[in-house]
Amino acid sequence: MSEQPLTPHQVPLSTSAVLGRFALIGGVVFAAALAFAYAGGWLSPGRLTPARMVEALSARGGNPIGHRRNHSKGVCFTGVFDANSAASRFSVAPMLATGRYAVTGRFAIAVGDPDARDVTGRVKSMAIRIVAPDGQEWRSGMNNSPVFVVSNPRDFYALTIAQDIDPTSGKPDPAAIKHFFATHPQSAPFAEWAQSAPWTVSFADQTYNSLNAFRFIDAAGDSHLVRWSMKPTIPPASVPHDALAKLEPNFLESDLNGRLAQGALTWNLIVTFAAPGDSSNDATKAWPPGRQEIDAGTLIVQKAEAEADGPCRDINYDPTILPNGIAVSDDPLLAARSAAYARSFDLRTAESADYPRAASATGDHR
Amino acid sequence: MTSSPDSFSLLQRTLHWLMVVMVFAMLFIGVTMVSTLKPRFLALIAIHKPLGIAILVLAVLRLGVRLKRGAPPLPEDLPSTQVLAAKLSHVVLYALLIAMPLIGWGMLSAGGYPIVLFGSLHLPKVLPQNDHLYAFLRTAHTLLAYLFFATILLHAAAALFHALIRRDGVFRAMAGRGI
Repeated sequence: MSEQPLTPHQVPLSTSAVLGRFALIGGVVFAAALAFAYAGGWLSPGRLTPARMVEALSARGGNPIGHRRNHSKGVCFTGVFDANSAASRFSVAPMLATGRYAVTGRFAIAVGDPDARDVTGRVKSMAIRIVAPDGQEWRSGMNNSPVFVVSNPRDFYALTIAQDIDPTSGKPDPAAIKHFFATHPQSAPFAEWAQSAPWTVSFADQTYNSLNAFRFIDAAGDSHLVRWSMKPTIPPASVPHDALAKLEPNFLESDLNGRLAQGALTWNLIVTFAAPGDSSNDATKAWPPGRQEIDAGTLIVQKAEAEADGPCRDINYDPTILPNGIAVSDDPLLAARSAAYARSFDLRTAESADYPRAASATGDHR
Repeated sequence: MTSSPDSFSLLQRTLHWLMVVMVFAMLFIGVTMVSTLKPRFLALIAIHKPLGIAILVLAVLRLGVRLKRGAPPLPEDLPSTQVLAAKLSHVVLYALLIAMPLIGWGMLSAGGYPIVLFGSLHLPKVLPQNDHLYAFLRTAHTLLAYLFFATILLHAAAALFHALIRRDGVFRAMAGRGI
Protein backbone atom coordinates (compact mmCIF):
# COMPACT_ATOMS: atom_id res chain seq x y z
CA MET A 1 0.00 0.00 0.00
CA SER A 2 1.42 3.36 -0.94
CA GLU A 3 0.59 6.46 1.07
CA GLN A 4 -2.14 8.65 -0.27
CA PRO A 5 -0.88 12.21 -0.53
CA LEU A 6 -2.85 14.36 1.88
CA THR A 7 -4.38 16.75 -0.59
CA PRO A 8 -6.72 19.22 1.05
CA HIS A 9 -10.21 20.11 -0.06
CA GLN A 10 -10.58 17.07 -2.32
CA VAL A 11 -14.20 17.70 -3.22
CA PRO A 12 -15.64 21.12 -2.49
CA LEU A 13 -18.50 21.05 0.02
CA SER A 14 -21.73 22.87 -0.64
CA THR A 15 -22.55 25.73 1.69
CA SER A 16 -25.33 23.74 3.31
CA ALA A 17 -22.96 20.81 3.87
CA VAL A 18 -20.44 23.13 5.52
CA LEU A 19 -23.14 24.58 7.77
CA GLY A 20 -24.42 21.11 8.61
CA ARG A 21 -20.94 19.94 9.53
CA PHE A 22 -20.30 23.02 11.67
CA ALA A 23 -23.59 22.31 13.41
CA LEU A 24 -22.47 18.74 14.03
CA ILE A 25 -19.19 19.93 15.56
CA GLY A 26 -21.05 22.44 17.69
CA GLY A 27 -23.45 19.71 18.77
CA VAL A 28 -20.62 17.39 19.86
CA VAL A 29 -18.94 20.14 21.89
CA PHE A 30 -22.24 21.22 23.43
CA ALA A 31 -23.17 17.66 24.37
CA ALA A 32 -19.80 17.13 26.06
CA ALA A 33 -20.11 20.40 27.97
CA LEU A 34 -23.66 19.50 29.00
CA ALA A 35 -22.55 16.08 30.27
CA PHE A 36 -19.76 17.76 32.27
CA ALA A 37 -22.20 20.25 33.77
CA TYR A 38 -24.56 17.42 34.68
CA ALA A 39 -21.76 15.44 36.33
CA GLY A 40 -20.77 18.50 38.33
CA GLY A 41 -24.31 19.01 39.61
CA TRP A 42 -24.84 22.40 37.95
CA LEU A 43 -28.00 21.12 36.30
CA SER A 44 -29.34 19.60 39.53
CA PRO A 45 -30.02 22.38 42.03
CA GLY A 46 -31.65 19.83 44.34
CA ARG A 47 -28.52 17.70 44.64
CA LEU A 48 -27.18 17.49 48.19
CA THR A 49 -23.58 18.51 47.59
CA PRO A 50 -20.75 18.80 50.11
CA ALA A 51 -20.95 22.57 49.59
CA ARG A 52 -24.64 22.70 50.57
CA MET A 53 -24.08 20.44 53.55
CA VAL A 54 -21.20 22.55 54.84
CA GLU A 55 -23.10 25.77 54.18
CA ALA A 56 -25.93 24.50 56.38
CA LEU A 57 -23.46 23.47 59.09
CA SER A 58 -21.93 26.96 58.97
CA ALA A 59 -25.23 28.70 59.75
CA ARG A 60 -25.80 27.44 63.31
CA GLY A 61 -24.61 30.63 65.01
CA GLY A 62 -21.29 32.26 65.77
CA ASN A 63 -18.61 32.82 63.19
CA PRO A 64 -16.98 29.59 62.02
CA ILE A 65 -14.92 31.22 59.24
CA GLY A 66 -11.42 29.71 59.40
CA HIS A 67 -12.65 26.90 61.63
CA ARG A 68 -14.05 23.40 61.19
CA ARG A 69 -17.69 23.72 60.22
CA ASN A 70 -18.78 21.05 62.67
CA HIS A 71 -17.25 20.14 66.01
CA SER A 72 -15.98 23.69 65.59
CA LYS A 73 -14.68 24.18 69.14
CA GLY A 74 -11.85 21.90 70.12
CA VAL A 75 -8.39 21.38 71.54
CA CYS A 76 -5.42 19.42 70.17
CA PHE A 77 -3.62 16.61 71.92
CA THR A 78 -0.65 14.38 71.26
CA GLY A 79 0.27 11.00 72.63
CA VAL A 80 0.85 7.42 71.61
CA PHE A 81 -1.19 4.34 70.87
CA ASP A 82 0.32 1.35 72.65
CA ALA A 83 -0.95 -1.65 70.69
CA ASN A 84 -0.95 -5.13 72.22
CA SER A 85 -1.50 -7.12 68.99
CA ALA A 86 -4.74 -8.70 70.30
CA ALA A 87 -6.56 -7.40 67.20
CA SER A 88 -3.82 -8.45 64.76
CA ARG A 89 -5.54 -11.76 64.17
CA PHE A 90 -8.44 -9.85 62.65
CA SER A 91 -6.67 -7.01 60.85
CA VAL A 92 -3.30 -6.57 59.19
CA ALA A 93 -3.33 -2.84 60.06
CA PRO A 94 0.27 -2.08 61.07
CA MET A 95 -0.75 -0.02 64.10
CA LEU A 96 -2.56 -3.00 65.63
CA ALA A 97 0.69 -4.99 65.83
CA THR A 98 2.57 -4.72 69.13
CA GLY A 99 4.26 -1.35 69.31
CA ARG A 100 3.87 2.31 70.13
CA TYR A 101 2.59 4.61 67.41
CA ALA A 102 2.43 8.39 67.35
CA VAL A 103 -1.02 9.94 67.80
CA THR A 104 -2.19 13.45 66.98
CA GLY A 105 -5.72 14.04 68.16
CA ARG A 106 -8.42 16.51 68.98
CA PHE A 107 -11.18 16.77 71.56
CA ALA A 108 -14.17 18.84 70.56
CA ILE A 109 -17.82 19.57 71.15
CA ALA A 110 -20.30 19.06 68.32
CA VAL A 111 -21.28 22.68 67.81
CA GLY A 112 -21.05 25.04 64.85
CA ASP A 113 -19.78 28.04 66.79
CA PRO A 114 -16.06 27.94 67.68
CA ASP A 115 -16.77 30.35 70.56
CA ALA A 116 -19.68 28.39 72.00
CA ARG A 117 -19.85 27.88 75.76
CA ASP A 118 -18.75 24.36 76.67
CA VAL A 119 -22.02 23.79 78.49
CA THR A 120 -23.78 23.76 75.11
CA GLY A 121 -21.79 20.74 73.95
CA ARG A 122 -24.07 17.80 74.45
CA VAL A 123 -21.96 15.64 72.14
CA LYS A 124 -18.26 15.46 72.86
CA SER A 125 -15.83 13.98 70.39
CA MET A 126 -12.36 12.56 70.08
CA ALA A 127 -10.55 12.51 66.75
CA ILE A 128 -7.30 10.62 66.33
CA ARG A 129 -4.66 10.04 63.73
CA ILE A 130 -2.41 7.05 64.40
CA VAL A 131 0.65 6.87 62.16
CA ALA A 132 2.46 3.60 61.44
CA PRO A 133 6.20 3.50 60.75
CA ASP A 134 5.56 2.87 57.04
CA GLY A 135 3.51 6.07 56.80
CA GLN A 136 0.07 4.45 56.75
CA GLU A 137 -2.52 6.32 58.77
CA TRP A 138 -5.64 5.48 60.69
CA ARG A 139 -7.87 8.48 61.23
CA SER A 140 -11.01 8.21 63.27
CA GLY A 141 -13.59 10.68 64.51
CA MET A 142 -15.57 9.33 67.47
CA ASN A 143 -18.44 10.71 69.54
CA ASN A 144 -19.47 10.07 73.14
CA SER A 145 -23.02 9.16 72.12
CA PRO A 146 -23.59 5.41 71.80
CA VAL A 147 -25.33 5.86 68.45
CA PHE A 148 -25.42 8.55 65.79
CA VAL A 149 -28.45 10.78 65.41
CA VAL A 150 -29.26 9.82 61.78
CA SER A 151 -28.40 7.03 59.39
CA ASN A 152 -27.95 8.94 56.13
CA PRO A 153 -26.76 12.31 54.80
CA ARG A 154 -30.26 13.51 53.75
CA ASP A 155 -31.51 13.25 57.32
CA PHE A 156 -28.35 14.87 58.63
CA TYR A 157 -28.95 17.78 56.29
CA ALA A 158 -32.55 18.09 57.46
CA LEU A 159 -31.41 18.07 61.10
CA THR A 160 -28.74 20.69 60.38
CA ILE A 161 -31.23 22.96 58.63
CA ALA A 162 -33.47 22.61 61.68
CA GLN A 163 -30.60 23.85 63.86
CA ASP A 164 -29.78 26.83 61.64
CA ILE A 165 -30.26 30.34 62.94
CA ASP A 166 -33.52 31.92 61.86
CA PRO A 167 -32.47 35.30 60.40
CA THR A 168 -35.57 37.04 61.78
CA SER A 169 -35.22 35.89 65.40
CA GLY A 170 -31.45 35.37 65.45
CA LYS A 171 -32.04 31.99 67.07
CA PRO A 172 -32.75 28.47 65.91
CA ASP A 173 -36.42 27.61 65.75
CA PRO A 174 -37.13 25.14 68.61
CA ALA A 175 -40.19 23.91 66.76
CA ALA A 176 -38.01 22.86 63.83
CA ILE A 177 -35.89 20.57 66.01
CA LYS A 178 -39.01 19.14 67.64
CA HIS A 179 -40.51 18.55 64.24
CA PHE A 180 -37.34 16.80 63.07
CA PHE A 181 -37.35 14.31 65.94
CA ALA A 182 -41.09 13.80 65.66
CA THR A 183 -40.75 12.86 62.01
CA HIS A 184 -37.54 10.81 62.26
CA PRO A 185 -38.20 7.84 64.55
CA GLN A 186 -34.76 6.42 63.71
CA SER A 187 -33.30 9.30 65.74
CA ALA A 188 -35.12 8.25 68.94
CA PRO A 189 -32.23 6.22 70.46
CA PHE A 190 -29.94 9.23 70.10
CA ALA A 191 -32.58 11.61 71.49
CA GLU A 192 -33.09 9.34 74.48
CA TRP A 193 -29.35 9.33 75.18
CA ALA A 194 -29.17 13.13 74.79
CA GLN A 195 -31.97 13.58 77.33
CA SER A 196 -30.84 11.06 79.90
CA ALA A 197 -27.05 10.65 79.77
CA PRO A 198 -25.19 12.26 82.67
CA TRP A 199 -23.25 15.44 81.92
CA THR A 200 -19.64 15.62 83.02
CA VAL A 201 -17.06 18.34 83.35
CA SER A 202 -14.39 16.53 81.37
CA PHE A 203 -13.31 15.08 78.06
CA ALA A 204 -11.26 12.58 80.07
CA ASP A 205 -14.06 10.44 81.50
CA GLN A 206 -16.01 9.87 78.31
CA THR A 207 -16.28 6.83 76.02
CA TYR A 208 -15.84 7.77 72.37
CA ASN A 209 -17.51 5.52 69.80
CA SER A 210 -16.79 5.01 66.09
CA LEU A 211 -20.58 4.87 65.53
CA ASN A 212 -20.14 3.75 61.91
CA ALA A 213 -19.21 0.15 61.23
CA PHE A 214 -15.96 -0.74 59.50
CA ARG A 215 -14.34 -3.92 58.24
CA PHE A 216 -11.19 -5.44 59.63
CA ILE A 217 -9.34 -7.46 56.98
CA ASP A 218 -7.12 -10.26 58.28
CA ALA A 219 -4.02 -11.85 56.77
CA ALA A 220 -6.15 -14.42 54.93
CA GLY A 221 -8.18 -11.62 53.36
CA ASP A 222 -11.28 -12.38 55.44
CA SER A 223 -13.41 -9.46 56.49
CA HIS A 224 -14.82 -8.84 60.00
CA LEU A 225 -17.52 -6.26 60.66
CA VAL A 226 -16.51 -4.11 63.63
CA ARG A 227 -17.15 -0.94 65.54
CA TRP A 228 -14.70 0.49 68.03
CA SER A 229 -14.69 2.60 71.14
CA MET A 230 -12.15 4.45 73.23
CA LYS A 231 -13.08 3.55 76.83
CA PRO A 232 -11.68 5.80 79.56
CA THR A 233 -9.77 4.25 82.44
CA ILE A 234 -11.44 6.59 84.94
CA PRO A 235 -15.15 6.49 85.80
CA PRO A 236 -17.40 9.32 84.60
CA ALA A 237 -18.16 11.91 87.28
CA SER A 238 -21.68 13.13 86.75
CA VAL A 239 -22.30 16.86 87.22
CA PRO A 240 -25.75 18.48 87.03
CA HIS A 241 -26.23 20.57 83.91
CA ASP A 242 -27.17 23.63 86.02
CA ALA A 243 -23.80 23.41 87.75
CA LEU A 244 -21.98 23.25 84.41
CA ALA A 245 -23.83 26.35 83.24
CA LYS A 246 -22.20 28.30 86.09
CA LEU A 247 -18.69 27.30 85.03
CA GLU A 248 -16.42 29.40 82.83
CA PRO A 249 -17.07 29.01 79.09
CA ASN A 250 -13.98 26.89 78.37
CA PHE A 251 -14.15 24.51 81.32
CA LEU A 252 -13.42 21.45 79.16
CA GLU A 253 -10.05 22.73 77.98
CA SER A 254 -9.18 23.92 81.49
CA ASP A 255 -10.12 20.53 82.93
CA LEU A 256 -8.01 18.75 80.30
CA ASN A 257 -4.97 20.94 80.95
CA GLY A 258 -5.37 20.49 84.70
CA ARG A 259 -5.53 16.70 84.43
CA LEU A 260 -2.62 16.45 82.00
CA ALA A 261 -0.49 18.58 84.35
CA GLN A 262 -0.91 15.67 86.83
CA GLY A 263 -0.06 12.96 84.29
CA ALA A 264 -1.17 11.21 81.12
CA LEU A 265 -4.79 10.19 80.45
CA THR A 266 -5.56 6.77 79.05
CA TRP A 267 -8.27 5.03 77.09
CA ASN A 268 -8.53 1.40 75.97
CA LEU A 269 -9.34 0.76 72.33
CA ILE A 270 -12.17 -1.75 72.46
CA VAL A 271 -13.05 -3.42 69.17
CA THR A 272 -16.56 -4.91 69.01
CA PHE A 273 -17.33 -7.65 66.49
CA ALA A 274 -20.76 -7.84 64.88
CA ALA A 275 -22.89 -10.94 65.15
CA PRO A 276 -24.86 -12.09 62.13
CA GLY A 277 -27.77 -9.72 61.62
CA ASP A 278 -26.11 -6.69 63.22
CA SER A 279 -26.46 -3.62 61.05
CA SER A 280 -23.45 -2.60 58.99
CA ASN A 281 -25.07 0.49 57.50
CA ASP A 282 -27.20 2.08 60.20
CA ALA A 283 -25.34 4.11 62.80
CA THR A 284 -28.57 4.91 64.66
CA LYS A 285 -28.80 1.31 65.85
CA ALA A 286 -26.65 0.06 68.70
CA TRP A 287 -25.47 -3.51 68.44
CA PRO A 288 -26.97 -5.61 71.22
CA PRO A 289 -24.78 -6.27 74.26
CA GLY A 290 -22.85 -9.52 74.50
CA ARG A 291 -20.87 -9.12 71.30
CA GLN A 292 -17.27 -10.31 71.21
CA GLU A 293 -14.94 -7.52 72.29
CA ILE A 294 -11.17 -7.18 72.10
CA ASP A 295 -8.98 -4.71 73.95
CA ALA A 296 -6.56 -3.80 71.17
CA GLY A 297 -4.33 -1.42 73.10
CA THR A 298 -4.08 1.76 75.10
CA LEU A 299 -4.29 5.34 73.91
CA ILE A 300 -2.04 7.47 76.07
CA VAL A 301 -2.79 11.19 75.84
CA GLN A 302 0.23 13.11 77.07
CA LYS A 303 -0.10 16.73 76.05
CA ALA A 304 -2.81 19.21 75.09
CA GLU A 305 -2.30 22.30 72.95
CA ALA A 306 -4.62 25.10 71.92
CA GLU A 307 -6.01 24.46 68.47
CA ALA A 308 -5.00 27.82 66.93
CA ASP A 309 -1.35 26.80 66.95
CA GLY A 310 -1.72 23.11 67.66
CA PRO A 311 -0.79 20.07 65.60
CA CYS A 312 -4.41 19.02 64.96
CA ARG A 313 -5.40 22.33 63.42
CA ASP A 314 -4.66 21.39 59.82
CA ILE A 315 -5.53 17.71 59.98
CA ASN A 316 -8.73 16.54 58.33
CA TYR A 317 -9.96 13.71 60.55
CA ASP A 318 -11.62 11.94 57.64
CA PRO A 319 -12.77 8.56 58.97
CA THR A 320 -12.21 6.92 55.59
CA ILE A 321 -8.44 7.47 55.78
CA LEU A 322 -7.60 3.96 56.83
CA PRO A 323 -4.59 1.67 56.74
CA ASN A 324 -4.47 -1.51 54.75
CA GLY A 325 -6.35 -3.98 56.97
CA ILE A 326 -9.23 -1.64 57.83
CA ALA A 327 -11.89 -0.75 55.27
CA VAL A 328 -15.14 1.17 55.21
CA SER A 329 -18.45 -0.66 55.54
CA ASP A 330 -21.49 0.08 53.40
CA ASP A 331 -22.62 2.75 55.88
CA PRO A 332 -23.63 5.72 53.67
CA LEU A 333 -22.55 8.19 56.35
CA LEU A 334 -18.88 7.36 55.78
CA ALA A 335 -18.72 8.67 52.22
CA ALA A 336 -20.79 11.69 53.26
CA ARG A 337 -18.47 12.44 56.17
CA SER A 338 -15.43 12.14 53.92
CA ALA A 339 -16.89 14.42 51.25
CA ALA A 340 -18.17 17.03 53.71
CA TYR A 341 -15.00 17.05 55.84
CA ALA A 342 -12.99 17.63 52.66
CA ARG A 343 -15.16 20.62 51.79
CA SER A 344 -14.82 22.01 55.32
CA PHE A 345 -11.04 21.49 55.16
CA ASP A 346 -10.82 23.24 51.78
CA LEU A 347 -12.74 26.21 53.17
CA ARG A 348 -10.91 26.60 56.42
CA THR A 349 -7.42 26.25 54.95
CA ALA A 350 -8.32 29.01 52.49
CA GLU A 351 -9.64 31.14 55.37
CA SER A 352 -6.72 30.70 57.73
CA ALA A 353 -6.15 34.46 57.91
CA ASP A 354 -9.48 34.63 59.78
CA TYR A 355 -8.17 32.26 62.47
CA PRO A 356 -4.76 33.63 63.45
CA ARG A 357 -2.17 31.29 64.82
CA ALA A 358 -1.46 32.17 68.43
CA ALA A 359 2.31 32.52 67.98
CA SER A 360 2.11 34.82 64.99
CA ALA A 361 -0.71 36.82 66.58
CA THR A 362 1.29 37.57 69.72
CA GLY A 363 4.61 37.77 67.91
CA ASP A 364 6.42 35.50 70.36
CA HIS A 365 8.22 32.16 69.83
CA ARG A 366 11.20 33.65 68.05
CA MET B 1 7.05 1.17 13.21
CA THR B 2 4.76 1.56 10.22
CA SER B 3 4.41 5.31 10.42
CA SER B 4 5.16 7.77 7.69
CA PRO B 5 6.23 11.36 8.22
CA ASP B 6 2.65 12.32 7.39
CA SER B 7 1.23 10.51 10.36
CA PHE B 8 1.81 10.01 14.07
CA SER B 9 3.45 6.70 14.97
CA LEU B 10 1.39 3.80 16.22
CA LEU B 11 2.84 4.39 19.71
CA GLN B 12 1.86 8.05 19.58
CA ARG B 13 -1.64 7.26 18.36
CA THR B 14 -2.10 4.54 20.98
CA LEU B 15 -0.96 6.86 23.75
CA HIS B 16 -3.20 9.65 22.47
CA TRP B 17 -6.41 7.65 22.32
CA LEU B 18 -5.71 5.81 25.57
CA MET B 19 -5.19 9.14 27.28
CA VAL B 20 -8.35 10.58 25.71
CA VAL B 21 -10.29 7.95 27.64
CA MET B 22 -8.26 8.35 30.82
CA VAL B 23 -8.36 12.15 30.91
CA PHE B 24 -12.06 12.31 30.09
CA ALA B 25 -12.73 9.79 32.86
CA MET B 26 -10.52 11.79 35.20
CA LEU B 27 -12.26 15.11 34.58
CA PHE B 28 -15.73 13.60 34.92
CA ILE B 29 -14.74 11.70 38.06
CA GLY B 30 -13.25 14.85 39.54
CA VAL B 31 -16.24 17.06 38.91
CA THR B 32 -18.65 14.35 40.10
CA MET B 33 -16.86 13.48 43.30
CA VAL B 34 -16.64 17.04 44.59
CA SER B 35 -20.38 17.44 44.15
CA THR B 36 -21.70 14.32 45.85
CA LEU B 37 -22.14 12.97 49.37
CA LYS B 38 -23.17 9.54 48.11
CA PRO B 39 -21.17 6.33 48.60
CA ARG B 40 -19.83 6.67 45.05
CA PHE B 41 -17.65 9.48 46.42
CA LEU B 42 -15.29 6.96 47.98
CA ALA B 43 -15.10 4.78 44.87
CA LEU B 44 -14.47 7.80 42.65
CA ILE B 45 -11.72 9.25 44.80
CA ALA B 46 -10.08 5.81 45.04
CA ILE B 47 -9.91 5.74 41.22
CA HIS B 48 -8.96 9.41 40.86
CA LYS B 49 -5.59 9.16 42.61
CA PRO B 50 -3.98 6.16 40.88
CA LEU B 51 -5.50 7.16 37.54
CA GLY B 52 -3.92 10.60 37.90
CA ILE B 53 -0.53 9.08 38.58
CA ALA B 54 -0.94 6.75 35.58
CA ILE B 55 -1.70 9.78 33.41
CA LEU B 56 1.41 11.52 34.75
CA VAL B 57 3.61 8.53 33.82
CA LEU B 58 2.07 8.23 30.36
CA ALA B 59 2.24 11.99 29.77
CA VAL B 60 5.96 12.08 30.51
CA LEU B 61 6.49 9.10 28.20
CA ARG B 62 4.40 10.76 25.53
CA LEU B 63 6.22 14.06 25.78
CA GLY B 64 9.49 12.19 25.38
CA VAL B 65 8.21 10.42 22.25
CA ARG B 66 6.89 13.69 20.87
CA LEU B 67 10.19 15.51 21.42
CA LYS B 68 12.15 12.62 19.89
CA ARG B 69 9.92 11.86 16.94
CA GLY B 70 8.06 15.11 16.42
CA ALA B 71 4.66 15.56 14.78
CA PRO B 72 3.55 15.58 11.17
CA PRO B 73 3.66 19.05 9.67
CA LEU B 74 0.47 21.05 9.54
CA PRO B 75 -0.94 21.80 6.06
CA GLU B 76 0.96 24.59 4.38
CA ASP B 77 -2.18 26.53 3.57
CA LEU B 78 -3.40 26.59 7.19
CA PRO B 79 -3.86 30.24 8.24
CA SER B 80 -1.16 31.39 10.62
CA THR B 81 -3.66 32.16 13.40
CA GLN B 82 -4.85 28.55 13.26
CA VAL B 83 -1.25 27.31 13.29
CA LEU B 84 -0.59 29.43 16.34
CA ALA B 85 -3.79 28.20 18.03
CA ALA B 86 -2.86 24.59 17.29
CA LYS B 87 0.66 24.95 18.69
CA LEU B 88 -0.48 26.90 21.74
CA SER B 89 -3.29 24.48 22.58
CA HIS B 90 -0.88 21.54 22.31
CA VAL B 91 1.52 23.25 24.71
CA VAL B 92 -1.37 23.86 27.13
CA LEU B 93 -2.55 20.25 26.85
CA TYR B 94 0.90 18.80 27.49
CA ALA B 95 1.49 21.24 30.35
CA LEU B 96 -1.82 20.29 31.99
CA LEU B 97 -1.32 16.56 31.46
CA ILE B 98 1.82 16.83 33.54
CA ALA B 99 0.84 19.68 35.89
CA MET B 100 -2.57 18.39 37.02
CA PRO B 101 -1.30 15.13 38.57
CA LEU B 102 1.66 16.96 40.09
CA ILE B 103 -0.64 19.61 41.60
CA GLY B 104 -2.91 16.87 42.94
CA TRP B 105 0.04 15.08 44.47
CA GLY B 106 1.48 18.29 45.90
CA MET B 107 -1.93 19.39 47.18
CA LEU B 108 -2.47 16.14 49.11
CA SER B 109 1.06 16.45 50.51
CA ALA B 110 0.49 20.05 51.65
CA GLY B 111 -2.88 19.03 53.13
CA GLY B 112 -1.21 16.39 55.29
CA TYR B 113 -3.08 13.57 53.58
CA PRO B 114 -1.51 10.17 53.04
CA ILE B 115 -1.19 9.56 49.29
CA VAL B 116 -2.64 6.10 48.87
CA LEU B 117 -2.55 4.39 45.47
CA PHE B 118 -3.65 0.86 46.32
CA GLY B 119 -3.80 -0.81 49.74
CA SER B 120 -0.55 -0.08 51.52
CA LEU B 121 1.12 1.35 48.38
CA HIS B 122 1.76 5.00 49.16
CA LEU B 123 3.55 7.79 47.35
CA PRO B 124 5.93 9.97 49.33
CA LYS B 125 4.89 13.48 50.29
CA VAL B 126 6.45 15.96 47.91
CA LEU B 127 5.66 19.14 49.83
CA PRO B 128 5.62 20.06 53.53
CA GLN B 129 2.25 20.36 55.26
CA ASN B 130 1.10 23.97 54.92
CA ASP B 131 -2.42 25.37 54.89
CA HIS B 132 -1.66 28.29 52.54
CA LEU B 133 0.08 26.02 50.07
CA TYR B 134 -2.77 23.51 50.27
CA ALA B 135 -5.43 26.18 49.70
CA PHE B 136 -3.53 27.58 46.71
CA LEU B 137 -2.99 24.20 45.07
CA ARG B 138 -6.53 23.05 45.81
CA THR B 139 -7.95 26.10 44.03
CA ALA B 140 -5.47 25.70 41.17
CA HIS B 141 -6.48 22.04 40.77
CA THR B 142 -10.12 23.05 40.26
CA LEU B 143 -9.52 26.05 37.99
CA LEU B 144 -6.99 24.22 35.83
CA ALA B 145 -9.41 21.29 35.52
CA TYR B 146 -11.95 23.67 33.98
CA LEU B 147 -9.25 25.10 31.70
CA PHE B 148 -8.26 21.53 30.79
CA PHE B 149 -11.81 20.56 29.88
CA ALA B 150 -12.31 23.76 27.84
CA THR B 151 -9.02 23.23 25.99
CA ILE B 152 -9.95 19.62 25.23
CA LEU B 153 -13.29 20.76 23.80
CA LEU B 154 -11.50 23.32 21.66
CA HIS B 155 -8.99 20.69 20.56
CA ALA B 156 -11.79 18.25 19.69
CA ALA B 157 -13.69 20.93 17.79
CA ALA B 158 -10.56 21.80 15.83
CA ALA B 159 -9.88 18.13 15.09
CA LEU B 160 -13.43 17.72 13.77
CA PHE B 161 -13.05 20.92 11.77
CA HIS B 162 -10.02 19.34 10.10
CA ALA B 163 -11.79 16.02 9.64
CA LEU B 164 -15.15 17.24 8.37
CA ILE B 165 -14.63 20.63 6.82
CA ARG B 166 -11.02 21.13 5.80
CA ARG B 167 -10.48 17.39 5.19
CA ASP B 168 -6.76 18.08 5.10
CA GLY B 169 -5.34 14.92 6.68
CA VAL B 170 -4.66 16.48 10.10
CA PHE B 171 -7.30 14.34 11.78
CA ARG B 172 -6.25 11.24 9.89
CA ALA B 173 -2.67 11.72 11.10
CA MET B 174 -3.88 10.93 14.63
CA ALA B 175 -6.90 8.78 13.84
CA GLY B 176 -4.91 6.33 11.76
CA ARG B 177 -5.17 5.20 8.20
CA GLY B 178 -8.50 3.46 8.56
CA ILE B 179 -10.36 6.72 8.87
